[in-house]
Amino acid sequence: MGILFTEYMTQKKVSVFRHEHFNAAHRLYNPSWSFEQNDAVFGKCNNPHFHGHNYELVVKITGVPNPDTGYVMDLKQLSDLIKREVHERFDHKNLNMDTAEFKNLNPTAENIAIVIYDLLRPHIDAEKELQIRLYETPRNFVEYPA
Amino acid sequence: MVYLTRLEHFNAAHKLFNPAWSKEKNDAVFGICANENWHGHNFDLFVTIKGKVNEDTGFLFDVKKLSDLMKIHVIEKLDHKNLNMDVDFMRDKMCSTENLAVGIWQQLVPHLPEGVILHCVKLYETPRIYVEYYGE
Repeated sequence: MGILFTEYMTQKKVSVFRHEHFNAAHRLYNPSWSFEQNDAVFGKCNNPHFHGHNYELVVKITGVPNPDTGYVMDLKQLSDLIKREVHERFDHKNLNMDTAEFKNLNPTAENIAIVIYDLLRPHIDAEKELQIRLYETPRNFVEYPA
Repeated sequence: MVYLTRLEHFNAAHKLFNPAWSKEKNDAVFGICANENWHGHNFDLFVTIKGKVNEDTGFLFDVKKLSDLMKIHVIEKLDHKNLNMDVDFMRDKMCSTENLAVGIWQQLVPHLPEGVILHCVKLYETPRIYVEYYGE
């Protein structure tokens, strides 16, 4: 019975989530376009003096709970990882001016989610799935991978 | 007396920085908020008015008109802007949420009709930080 129960449990995938937040300024524009074309495509998001957001980040880890701990991942470790890799890089920063990641990449919510995925992925067990949900405002959010 | 509240929102960049101080003193007082290249927020603005209900309409004030006043005199001046650089009514002021709430109050007061009294400007800088101004 004990063996059967263990086998049963090892097939159960669970998702765990950690919610963090950071505040940043940014500007959406394509440096290879004219100001007029940027205005036409990005509108008020192209303000040369920047604007900003309270970003809400939800990191989702999916896998089978470890039989010894019952954890998919220690959420305190995930929180520390997000603080180190994401919060310290982006919080109270200008994404266009202050970060290496967006020197040559338009800091749309889509691109920020991809960058955050790439920053976290090497630090999470390979057999665990990772998904990023990023809220730019309470009404606009993106997910990666789709 | 009835109180009526309308919520609008805007996104903006700012920094907390006193130009009369050294960079070191600004850093000591304002910490990461003094970041030279700005940071930003999603602001939520709650404006509460008070007054007597009109017997004919059942309204204290047409809330669509309150929304339009907020949009014309506040939101259009602040949304997707740099609060330190782009906003006429914040020029030469410290760009704190406290001062922004007072500035918003001053923007709205002249446009409210007689009998409609501005009661409170409540401004959220983050979901966890907000200020209230009652005109005192």
